[in-house]
Amino acid sequence: MIARTVLIVASLTLHEAARRRVLRSLAALTVVLLALSAWGFSRLDAEFGGLTSGEAKVAGSTVLNLVMFGLSLIAALGTAFLAGPTLAGEVESGIALSIMTRPVRRAAVLAGKWLGLVMFGGGFVVIAGLAQLVIVRATVDYWPPRPVTGLVLLAVQTAALLTLGLLLSTAISPMASGIVAVGLFGATWVAGIIGLVGEALGNDSVARVGTISRMLLPTDGLWRGAMNAFQDPALLRQVGSGIEESPFLSMAPLTTTYLAWAGLWIAGVLALAAMSFHRRDL
Amino acid sequence: MTAESAERARRLLTDLAPAPAVWCSGLRKRYRRQVAVDGVSFTVGRGEVVGLLGPNGAGKTTVIKIMLGLVRPDAGEVLLLGRPGRDPAARARVGYLPELFRYQPWLTAAEVLALHVRLAAATVPAAERRECLALVGLADRAGDRVGGFSKGMQQRLGLAVALVCRPELVVLDEPTSALDPLGRADVRDLLLSLKDRQVAVLLNSHLIGEVERVCDRVVILDRGRVAAAGTLPELLGRRELRLRLDGVTAAAAERLAATGRLTRAGDAFTVRLPAEEDAATVPDLVADLVRLGVRVHAVEPARISLEERLLDILRTGHGEEAR
Repeated sequence: MIARTVLIVASLTLHEAARRRVLRSLAALTVVLLALSAWGFSRLDAEFGGLTSGEAKVAGSTVLNLVMFGLSLIAALGTAFLAGPTLAGEVESGIALSIMTRPVRRAAVLAGKWLGLVMFGGGFVVIAGLAQLVIVRATVDYWPPRPVTGLVLLAVQTAALLTLGLLLSTAISPMASGIVAVGLFGATWVAGIIGLVGEALGNDSVARVGTISRMLLPTDGLWRGAMNAFQDPALLRQVGSGIEESPFLSMAPLTTTYLAWAGLWIAGVLALAAMSFHRRDL
Repeated sequence: MTAESAERARRLLTDLAPAPAVWCSGLRKRYRRQVAVDGVSFTVGRGEVVGLLGPNGAGKTTVIKIMLGLVRPDAGEVLLLGRPGRDPAARARVGYLPELFRYQPWLTAAEVLALHVRLAAATVPAAERRECLALVGLADRAGDRVGGFSKGMQQRLGLAVALVCRPELVVLDEPTSALDPLGRADVRDLLLSLKDRQVAVLLNSHLIGEVERVCDRVVILDRGRVAAAGTLPELLGRRELRLRLDGVTAAAAERLAATGRLTRAGDAFTVRLPAEEDAATVPDLVADLVRLGVRVHAVEPARISLEERLLDILRTGHGEEAR
């Protein structure tokens, strides 16, 4: 019965995402980004015709990461602003009243929403990301070393953010939950950069800012892992270990421990959301 | 257990009357410092239509939400169709039209019904779902998105949602708030047909006339408590006598007051008659009044309406509970 409810609500959530304007705006934004990047990559090749193939790859993989960051940002904004209205909005408007008085458990409804959103957000990241990889391949003939790992990590990053959005939407208003989730996403990214500066300057306490923020909200950590999977190993060798990392350059792949933590984090936040939703008066 | 005793137990169980559709005991709910519901208990029998009445803020909607598991009570127990209210399965055969009715605007009316049928794990063929929409007057709008519906049409859809899974209990919270007079008449017919089909109904409505016409029993809530409850004859059983008199002396007034509680407005007198019917009361009173020199212009026996009774209970703050 619980699995049945989860599947019904997940398909309803996908249905909602498909019929709401958010999908169309998301698709339009993505097409614009992909078209711009296709143009940019083709110019890269034309303007710097004198680049060696190695240099072209280095440039290609760096710009690829920039565009992928844009894509992950679109996915984050899209899903965070979808996660809020789907729960808090339904409670506010009264749509939840008739659903929750069916013989269903609230946790099952929440899990269904989560599953639907993960499928939607993850699906978007994988399809748009794959399209981007194909564009890069066609324009500068660069193919990342571990495309599947990179795309999966981006999908997990989206899942982490929307889980947070869902938790927030069990307690605060729809718009506020979207804004807070995206704000935290941005803050962790900035904290990650501060951490890098700390590392570069050899200041341990500043460097710790990045580490701690990556533990509190694993989106930035997962993003760095995805970047690493998209980068040309030649680039990493070229940069060497002197300059260390940059916001769009990641030296090391993610550890299994960190991946496990990210999984645990998502499960924990989802459980918290279920508890908070269970206790809420509708 | 022997086969014989098992058979006896089975027979005993089948002979038992089915559990009431709703059984609530000692419901209590406090929102911060405000007590919304304070020790509310009532039952709705199988196939019974019960009206929930009371002024704004009396706690009617909160009681309904506690019953349906939408609001967690601070204390009290709920049984729906014989199962504990905490168990979601208790709501399998319950239909609900909320006061705040909204349905997924991106779905069509037919899709909303299909969704609710799936959520209730019921099997309702498409033809029956269409019939359900036709019953509430939405047959030709089945394929239209709910986003384009007027408030009245959404409330009609809400009625269809409440009825689609062949419920044994239907809870309607202000079901006619957005409907025109024609729609209200439709709802009244619908309630009567539910009554015929032995579906229990809990009806919260401000339209006392509707309640009086369709309900078997009424529960009156005031400030979170049950102010009065009972069948309509129990609550309205009190009769009164309206008289228009002049030349009423002190002795005549005394005679009137001896019959029952007396109220006077100019030459109009109202005497509350005793509950037990006595054919001699009115003629004796009139004869005595005439003998005392009173000129009698009009004598009209009347039964008080539910509205008058409700106002009486709410104003005086004491309702003799008749259960």
